Amino acid sequence: MAFGVRLQVWGDRACFTRPEMKVERVSYDVMTPSAARGILEAIHWKPAIRWVVDRIHILRPIRFQSFRRNEVSAKASAALADRAMRAGSTQGLGLVVEEVRQQRAAMLLVDVAYVIEAHFEMTARAGTEDTPAKHHAMFTRRAAAGQCFHRPCLGTREFAADFALIPEGAPLPASEWPADEAERDLGWMLHDIDFAQNRTSRFFRARLVNGVMDVQACLAEGTIA
Amino acid sequence: MSETSALTQRHEFVLYFDVANGNPNGDPDAGNLPRLDPETNRGLVSDVAIKRKIRNYVALAKGEVPGHEIYMRDGATLNLEHKRAWQAVLPEVSKAEEMKKLPKEEAKSRALTRWMCANFWDIRAFGAVMTTGVNAGQVRGPVQITFANSVEPVMPLEISITRLAATTEKDAEDKGGRTMGRKHIIPYGLYRAHGFVNAPLASHDTKGTGFSEADLELLFEALSNMFEHDRSAARGEMATRKLVVFRHAGALGNAHAHELFDRVKTWRQHKGSRQPIGDEATDNWPAARSFTDYAITVDRENLPAGIEVIER
Repeated sequence: MAFGVRLQVWGDRACFTRPEMKVERVSYDVMTPSAARGILEAIHWKPAIRWVVDRIHILRPIRFQSFRRNEVSAKASAALADRAMRAGSTQGLGLVVEEVRQQRAAMLLVDVAYVIEAHFEMTARAGTEDTPAKHHAMFTRRAAAGQCFHRPCLGTREFAADFALIPEGAPLPASEWPADEAERDLGWMLHDIDFAQNRTSRFFRARLVNGVMDVQACLAEGTIA
Repeated sequence: MSETSALTQRHEFVLYFDVANGNPNGDPDAGNLPRLDPETNRGLVSDVAIKRKIRNYVALAKGEVPGHEIYMRDGATLNLEHKRAWQAVLPEVSKAEEMKKLPKEEAKSRALTRWMCANFWDIRAFGAVMTTGVNAGQVRGPVQITFANSVEPVMPLEISITRLAATTEKDAEDKGGRTMGRKHIIPYGLYRAHGFVNAPLASHDTKGTGFSEADLELLFEALSNMFEHDRSAARGEMATRKLVVFRHAGALGNAHAHELFDRVKTWRQHKGSRQPIGDEATDNWPAARSFTDYAITVDRENLPAGIEVIER
């Protein structure tokens, strides 16, 4: 944990989609560790390092809003494609956007702010020139200057995230988390997708203690795939 | 296929557009009422509504120019385009089963997506998921647009209208040939949207879509003119009022986006006096009904090094 970082992120809206309710998207109550990792990677990432999220501080009360949009459900059947291929013609293979129109609601979080506490580990792909100090310096320099590889987002791309580095030793920003709520059980929540194990989703039992989700402590209780 | 090379500078933009006596974006959940943030009563326009208009403008303005096809166009046949990509890059593949997965060799899949990016302007700009049956890979585009919020609360009105004709014979008998309908309008609303152009997603060796300087110019042209070609009975009078672009010197950027956005401020003005939005002094002012009731300022004092402001 010598090279930990703390990043404050906030935005008007967010959607950390629950995998079990992804057709009509419903967001988790708080940011998932995988979304937090994605934000860190948007600022700085190399194959040599792997971000590990330690804690997520929830700075504002959890509130939802519903939003319905026209979307496309275009997904062609392979059988149809095969038939068209054998016929040597693309007739009837296509999808007309208006005909595959889907209206989907999304249950979004509104007015969110978090502090992500994380560190990184070196991976097997790290070369001799990849020192932890170098990557730590690169991340903090970029985050402090507002630089990013691509704009980080709060779950989906239309909800862009603003971010600010919390320098070492600086206090955490003021939290509006309701003082009377000490603990909240968030149930089983996606921790991350294990790309090494054929994209297995791993879930953990998420708990908020005084508005803080200690990911490592929750993980210690075990995960399920 | 753009002549210029891929974009290497990060950009952010603030887009102001307004609506008079129209519905800028209907809410399918609320009987096509204009979208509203229920907590603040401010109007909303979804990101995809804005992107649809950009696509329509580009299709209209550059429809005949090679490399400016629009993938998500009205009546488009998505898998037809995927198949064209396959045939252009890998003519030897003819079985549907082989097309369902990305080719194992990275070079081949990259050639596929590159072909799609080179031909379709909107894939180059916004990206696309091309995993629909016939798989042509996924692309993340450099251009990212957020929801637009109205700068002040808006008040949607329901206008009842009559039609002196009936659709069915039964209606004609029951209602004497007249039917009634409803229109939802916002008398006036000024909306503000934020956008990002992530240069590395345009110019990166493997992740870049090849979105060029010329494409960026076309994007800004589209943002300025998109409402001019989107007239309809529902929309009323919509117009782009201001586009403020922040150009960074580097690909990764030279300043925090939120600090740049904070430099663009909206004001209420009335009879020669100007107040911040929501100021107590404006409490007994009449509601805004035209763009002249607002003022937009861009603070250029002490701009961070490497930031250029372009107003258009």
